[in-house]
Amino acid sequence: MAQPFTKLTAIAAPIMRTNVDTDIIISINRMIGNSVRGSLGKWAFGSLRYLPDGSDNPEFILNREPYRAAEILVTGPNFGCGSSREAAVWALQEMGVRAIIGSGFGDIFFANCFQNGILPVVLDKATIDGLAAEIEASQGAGRLSVDLQEQTVTSPSGVRHVFEIDPRRRAGLLEGLDEISLTLRREHEIRAFQASDRAARPWIHFAGQSE
Amino acid sequence: MDTRGRTLLAKIWDQHVIARVSDDTDLLHVDRHLLHDLGGSRGLIDLKSRNIPVHNPELTFATPDHAISTASGRAGTIKTGQELLAALRTETSASGIRLFDLDQPGQGIVHVIGPELGLSLPGCLIVCGDSHTCTHGGLGALAFGIGSSELAHVLATQTIIQRRPKTMRVTFDGRLPFGVTAKDLILALIGHVGTAGGTGYAVEYAGSAIRDMPIEGRLTICNLSVELGAKMGLIAPDDATFDYICGRPYAPQGDMWERAVVAWRMLQSDGDAVFDREVSIDVAAIIPQITWGTSPEHVLGVDGRIPDPADIADPARRSAVEIALDYMGLEPGAPIAGTPVDWVFIGSCTNSRLSDLRAAAEIARGRKVAPGVRAWVVPGSETVRRDAMAEGLDKIFTDAGFEWREPGCSMCLAANGETVPPGQRSVSTSNRNFIGRQGPRARTHLASPAMAVAAAVSGAIADVRTMER
Repeated sequence: MAQPFTKLTAIAAPIMRTNVDTDIIISINRMIGNSVRGSLGKWAFGSLRYLPDGSDNPEFILNREPYRAAEILVTGPNFGCGSSREAAVWALQEMGVRAIIGSGFGDIFFANCFQNGILPVVLDKATIDGLAAEIEASQGAGRLSVDLQEQTVTSPSGVRHVFEIDPRRRAGLLEGLDEISLTLRREHEIRAFQASDRAARPWIHFAGQSE
Repeated sequence: MDTRGRTLLAKIWDQHVIARVSDDTDLLHVDRHLLHDLGGSRGLIDLKSRNIPVHNPELTFATPDHAISTASGRAGTIKTGQELLAALRTETSASGIRLFDLDQPGQGIVHVIGPELGLSLPGCLIVCGDSHTCTHGGLGALAFGIGSSELAHVLATQTIIQRRPKTMRVTFDGRLPFGVTAKDLILALIGHVGTAGGTGYAVEYAGSAIRDMPIEGRLTICNLSVELGAKMGLIAPDDATFDYICGRPYAPQGDMWERAVVAWRMLQSDGDAVFDREVSIDVAAIIPQITWGTSPEHVLGVDGRIPDPADIADPARRSAVEIALDYMGLEPGAPIAGTPVDWVFIGSCTNSRLSDLRAAAEIARGRKVAPGVRAWVVPGSETVRRDAMAEGLDKIFTDAGFEWREPGCSMCLAANGETVPPGQRSVSTSNRNFIGRQGPRARTHLASPAMAVAAAVSGAIADVRTMER
């Protein structure tokens, strides 16, 4: 079950590169195995965050103060494109990220965020660029506020931006709903569908058998 | 009632709606759930820990592909890969899920075996914890990748909650020029619309070039849908599709086959169906494609020149090109052809089927891999491997100096530890040229199988059109 998300005021780090893919967020060799959860945070953005000798790359924003403590990322276009690996979300979550604000996200990454209580917010690119500029001008001191109840992002200087969100997903985040339990309450509908579908499309349900 | 024409997507979608959960979101029935070694056992273990049984094990199928070694005898499978394989065996057995295990016909890359076994069918809703699940759309299935949480939801309920995507139709018209393949068409499209051009859409591919294209090419086209941002890509099934499926182990037979084909013939967009976006591509203008950067949209014709950031006005775009060129170690403005390569990888769910290997072998026959180049051929499945060997393709490759390997994902994503060494340059038939994708600091150029062989035998990126027989 995902932790609920309601409101957050926190340090935000702009990561404005275009097409930050899920392989950049978490490298495959750090995420394979059934017991990796809990150890992923230190490997988030590994190829950007560490130099080849393993030391911190001082150029990377999340290695600098105050951004090390960022709970919000402000991101460039198409953040989270690429693979379906939910470990990309887990890695960000484990390094403390609770909300990601960008002009667009990879579809599967976007869905995975909601499953883990991470709020992805879509705003137009000009607004994103403005937020990033304001944060950078304050050298990270300016806090961003994200209010899911109100559906607003408030910039450090107090400018409010309203965002759209699927009402079902909003409710899920606000309440931290468990989707599996909710769907299992529809068991009779699922069984009814399957019963009629077995007659309509038997080839789906009896694979490899003739009538 | 809305009487406008319906898209192929809408027709398949509506057949799977169990319940509407909000205005634009439905609870859909999952017809096929494919599991692989990277995430399959984790989902089953998660469910077990919650005391929830697998809802429909008979609609769930598993195979190891990502983390196993592709060396002979699976030698050198990494410890995590061995653990994941053991867990997949234990958990699928405990839940009564069919596993296509190593060395059995049926084992292979999950997106190769689904179509090959007749598990993937027109009108079928298929999910898998892998973004390249869109591949199966080449048969007229509605197929898409899901994350770990959604995977557990599917295991528990045999359903998935999905928001209806927007629709895009891409029409490829014309005849494929000499040396141009399905891979070149889809790379050219990605270059045209960008890697976010399809975000939020399901893409239907249509047009004369698609109708004329064999099924395996259609699978390649749909495979790269996710590289243009689209979670789903699909192609209306036709006689070629039915011919491809007929007789496969899990395909319907006898009277059920006849019934199925009648139903499948309905799976086409109506003539007056309206799409949210339309894109048309003239196939005749496409030349063999090769990527130069770190996103599939960083692509050009093999006769092209590497972009020069100095020519790009937009600062964000210029910066992206600079970062990519720095990572790739390429000189702005230089011709891409002639760039020396160290590695060639022929494989992956994009391009590891029998027709891909035949196209590669056609160029490799009688030639030699250039000195200093390591070149691998990794068939997509055990069946592809056996069929290729029965035709002698393995011999053509090994005579030319390629390594002929066991089926799996291998160097496409290097989850099994098979990597391109740091700083080395690879031409790969896979689907992603992301930073570090084929290994830390590895440099990847995506291309068709024929172009990959051309690079292997030339020791450099080369135009396959100068080599075709």
